[in-house]
Amino acid sequence: MRRRTLMNGGLATLLLVLTLGGSAAAQLQLNGAGATFPYPMYSKWFNVYIQVDPQVRFNYQSIGSGGGIKQITEETVDFGASDGPMTDEQLRAAPGHILHFPTVMGAVVLTYNAEGLGKALKLTPEAISGIFLGKITKWNDAAIAAENPGVSLPARDIIVVHRSDGSGTSYIFTDYLSKVSRDWNNKVGKGTSVSWPVGLGGKGNEGVTGLVKQTPFSIGYVELIYAQQNELPFADVKNASGRFVTPALDSVTSAAAAFADSMPEDFRVSITNAASPDAYPISGMTWLLVYEKQKDAAKGKALVRFLQWMMRDGQQQAGALHYAKLPAQVIAKEQVALQKVTGPDGAPLAGP
Amino acid sequence: MAGDVLEATWTAARRATGRGMAHRNVGDRVFRLVTATFALSLLAVVASIVVVLCYESSDAVRTFGWGFLTTSAWDPVQREFGALPFIYGTLVSSLLALAQAVPLSIGTALFLSELAPSTVRAPVSFLIELLATIPSVVYGLWGIFVLVPWMRSYLGPALQGTLGWLPFFSGPNYGVGMLTSSMILAVMIVPYVTSVATEVFQAVPSQQREAALALGATRWEMIRTAVLPYGRTGVVGAIMLGLGRAIGETMAVTMVIGNRADIGVSFFSPASTMASVIANEFSEATYDLYVQVLVEIGLVLFVVTVVVNVLARLLVWRVAAPAAGAR
Repeated sequence: MRRRTLMNGGLATLLLVLTLGGSAAAQLQLNGAGATFPYPMYSKWFNVYIQVDPQVRFNYQSIGSGGGIKQITEETVDFGASDGPMTDEQLRAAPGHILHFPTVMGAVVLTYNAEGLGKALKLTPEAISGIFLGKITKWNDAAIAAENPGVSLPARDIIVVHRSDGSGTSYIFTDYLSKVSRDWNNKVGKGTSVSWPVGLGGKGNEGVTGLVKQTPFSIGYVELIYAQQNELPFADVKNASGRFVTPALDSVTSAAAAFADSMPEDFRVSITNAASPDAYPISGMTWLLVYEKQKDAAKGKALVRFLQWMMRDGQQQAGALHYAKLPAQVIAKEQVALQKVTGPDGAPLAGP
Repeated sequence: MAGDVLEATWTAARRATGRGMAHRNVGDRVFRLVTATFALSLLAVVASIVVVLCYESSDAVRTFGWGFLTTSAWDPVQREFGALPFIYGTLVSSLLALAQAVPLSIGTALFLSELAPSTVRAPVSFLIELLATIPSVVYGLWGIFVLVPWMRSYLGPALQGTLGWLPFFSGPNYGVGMLTSSMILAVMIVPYVTSVATEVFQAVPSQQREAALALGATRWEMIRTAVLPYGRTGVVGAIMLGLGRAIGETMAVTMVIGNRADIGVSFFSPASTMASVIANEFSEATYDLYVQVLVEIGLVLFVVTVVVNVLARLLVWRVAAPAAGAR
C-alpha cells in the first residue's frame, strides 16, 4: 500500500514537471496547413528556422491544397499553402484579403516505362494532348515518331496513367494542356481533379510512379523529384519557342522568369507554356496564403520575418531537395508585396 | 458475531420482500442505468452519423436529386456528378469477392471442423485469423507488387485465352482492374467468413452427425444432410459479415482497381468504388458542392450497407423458419 502511494506520487510529480517544463519557454506557435507538393521543403525550412529564431515554432499539416484553402478561409490556421492559386470566388469567401506568396517551384514531367522506348523521348504539345485525350493510341503514331527519328517505337497501345486523387500536380498539368490544346480546354478543362478521357488512376505521385514502373508501354505525369529518385525516364517537351527542353530545376526557374514582368501583383499566375527559349513548359509555383491584415501582431511579425528569411536564405536550400528556386525578379516583387502585410492596427509588420 | 446477525437479518428481509423486489437494490438499478446508457450511446453515435451525412450533403441532394444514383458522369470541372459508376464498382467488386471467398471459406471451415486432425486445426485456424489482422494498406502493397504483375503476365492472358469469348473477360488487361481488386477483397474476407463458419459447424451437436452416420451416410452425405443445414443461418450471417467488410474496404481496393469512373462489362476493366473515390478526392475537394457530393456518396454507401444487412436478416429469417419447423 505504501509502495503504491509512493509510485503514484512519483508519477504525479513527473507529469507535473513535464507539463511545467514544457511551458517554460515563451514560444510562439505558428500553425499552417495545405499543399503536399512542397511539404518536404517547408519541413526543412521550419527545422532550419528554429536555429534562426528559437522563439518561433511552426506546425504544418500537409492535408492538400483544398484543405489549406479551406482552413485559412475559416481562420483555423495562421497561414495556408496551395499548389493552385485561390479563385476569385474563394477569395471572396474569405473574411479578409488573402495574399499569395510564391515559395518554390516544381516541374511536372512525362514519365514512361522504358521498355522499348528509350531514355529521352521528345514529345510535342500535340502529342501529349493527343495521348491524354485518347486520340493517339499507339506508340508508333506519326505525331510521336516524327520527333523521335532515332527511336524504333513499337506498335503497341499507349497505356495512360493519371492521378486518381485531386492534386496540384494535376492542376499544373491540366492547366498546361488547356493552354496548348483547344480540344482539351473544351472537353476537359483544368482543375485539381478532372474527368480524364482515358487512362488508369494511381493514388498520389507514388501511385502513378508505381503503375508506370510496372506497366510496359505506359505513360504518366509526375513531379520531377519522383521521376529522378525512381530513376524513371522522362520526356523532353517542346516549349512555346519551339525548342525541346529537358525538365530540370534551371529550366523551371526560367519559366517563372519569363512571366516575371507580366506577373500580376497578387502573384496568382500560371507559369505553364512560358515563351522563353530555356523555359520548361510544364512548370508551376506553389504559394503560401497569408491574411493581409493579421489579427495577432506577434504572430504576424514572426510570419513576415519568416517570409523574408525564406526569400533570402530559404531559397538557397531549395536545390538540394530538387525544388526550383524563384527567379530574382519575382523575389524582388515579393519583397515589395510583403510590405502590405499589416498588424491589427494597420501598421505594416515588415521591418526595414 | 455481529456480522452473522447482520447477515441473517439481511437475508430474512430479502426473503420476506420476495425475489421480484430485486429492483429495490440500488446497485442493480445503477448497473441497469449504466449499461442502458452504453447501449443508447451506441445508437446515438449511429444516429448522429446519419444526421451528419444527411445534413452535409443536403445541397448536393437538392441539386442532383435521384438522378445522382443513375447518372454516370464525374466531372469536377463542369460540376457534373453521378454516382452510378461507383455503386456499380462497389457492388460488382464485392460480389465477385464473395463468389471467390465463399467456396474457399466454407470449404476451409468444413475441413477444419470435420476433417482435420486436432493437431492441425488449432494452428491453421490461428493462421487464418492472422490474415484478418493484416492492415489494409499492406494488402494493397502486396497487391501492387505481387498480384498486379501476376495478373498482367499470367492469370490475365490465361483467362483471355480460355474465357475470352465471354464479354466478362474481353478487352485489354492492365493488371489493375475489377478482377484484381475482387481477388484482394476475397483474401481479406476469407478469415472472417472462415472463422465464423468454423464455429458454426463446430456447434452442430454430435448427435446430428452420429445420427446421419448411423443411418449409413458417407462422410460427405453426413456433412450435406446434418452439418450444413444446421449451420445455414450462421453461415449466411458469416457471408454477410464478409460482404459488409468488402463493401467498405478502401485502401487495398484503391491501390489495385485502376480508379476509373466508368462502367465496363469486362472484369479486366479499371473501375472505382464509393469508398475509394471518397478516399481519393476528399482532401482536395476545392469547392463546397464537391465536398457535399462526396458526403452524399458516403450516405449512399451507408444506405447500401444497411440495405445489404437488412436483406441478410430477411434471408436468415426465411431460411431459419422452415429449418426450425423441420427440426
